[in-house]
Amino acid sequence: MTDAGKALPQSVRQPVSPVAEAPKLMTGVLFGLAFGFLLQKGGVGKFNVLIGQLLLQDFTVAKVMLTAIVVGMIGVFTLHHFGKVKLHLKPTRIGANIIGGLLFGAGFALLGYCPGTAAAALGQGSWDALFGMAGLVAGSWVFAELSASFKGTIEKWGDFGKVTLPDLLHVRRGVFVTIVAVLLTVGLFALERVFPR
Amino acid sequence: MSGLAVLPMSVAVAAEPGVNALNYPGPAWSPYVVGAGIGVLSWLTFYFSEKSIGASSFYAHIAGFFGKLIAPRHTKSLAYFKAKPPRVSWGFAFVVATIVGGAIAALTGGEFANEWLPHMWEARFGESIVLRAAIGFGGGLLMAFGARLAGGCTSGHGISGTLQLNPGSWITVICLFIGGIAVAIPLFTL
Repeated sequence: MTDAGKALPQSVRQPVSPVAEAPKLMTGVLFGLAFGFLLQKGGVGKFNVLIGQLLLQDFTVAKVMLTAIVVGMIGVFTLHHFGKVKLHLKPTRIGANIIGGLLFGAGFALLGYCPGTAAAALGQGSWDALFGMAGLVAGSWVFAELSASFKGTIEKWGDFGKVTLPDLLHVRRGVFVTIVAVLLTVGLFALERVFPR
Repeated sequence: MSGLAVLPMSVAVAAEPGVNALNYPGPAWSPYVVGAGIGVLSWLTFYFSEKSIGASSFYAHIAGFFGKLIAPRHTKSLAYFKAKPPRVSWGFAFVVATIVGGAIAALTGGEFANEWLPHMWEARFGESIVLRAAIGFGGGLLMAFGARLAGGCTSGHGISGTLQLNPGSWITVICLFIGGIAVAIPLFTL
């Protein structure tokens, strides 16, 4: 079976201008508005909903994320199969993914918002998100200061580059997507039964 | 509104020191409707913008802009900014608009909070805004560091990466919840 999407390069080089072209920014604004709107309506701009997930008391976050994954995955892989979109994969670096993920989680528990939901929370008038956003800027700077030292160390541990699970496991993408979609949907039904919220 | 949330809380606080998230308001819309909406939004950003949804790099761009203002030569010499020069990109506009989108949703839904302390935080840690600022800033700092190391956040890895079946994204999001649960449970329930 041909996979037209595979023939496309995975990413396009960014131009160096410090400001992107206006039409590009306009679509960013349009989609960002929708994203912030959805996050707030989904309750994931709320401190108690986000911390509630980490306390395993409120499963709203898991329900939103897993539903987004199922719906997004089916559409994106279908579009990719017909050559309509490129994939935008970040490299898999197991060491950096594990350490970065754990540190991120610890910070998430302290702040109660993550980078995207902090933006929605600020819009919702939860002003304490500003403290976290200031910290996010500071933390980005600290990482940049140290970034050279990670290149040859942590970022090399278990570096698989840009891959997908079906490619890694030599399973056809369509088959893999179907299996994951079914499993996650069954998981969501089970989750709803055990945790109504 | 706040009276409704405070009443069951005072009972819970009297019984045990831990707080229960379910005593506070939940989502306005079904999480399945919102999740499906975000999934469809991903199709649109892939198709129309050749981009995947992400938030954390916005803060790195801002850090880079500050750096260029304060110490331009030093900022340019840093490996991260060499690879990703700060710019007002599609993703930058996206996160700024996320703030506005959140405001529109809250205002139209009668959920505009206008508060410096979340009620649940206050029930656990009291009324000090300074304490909230210090812990929140520290949390944000740790989170950005982790996001840059892992290559993304709850949006970039947790939604966009996982939906592309990126193994690194699944590892990151699982570790993110492990780290978050390990810190949140002692912080709020013990």
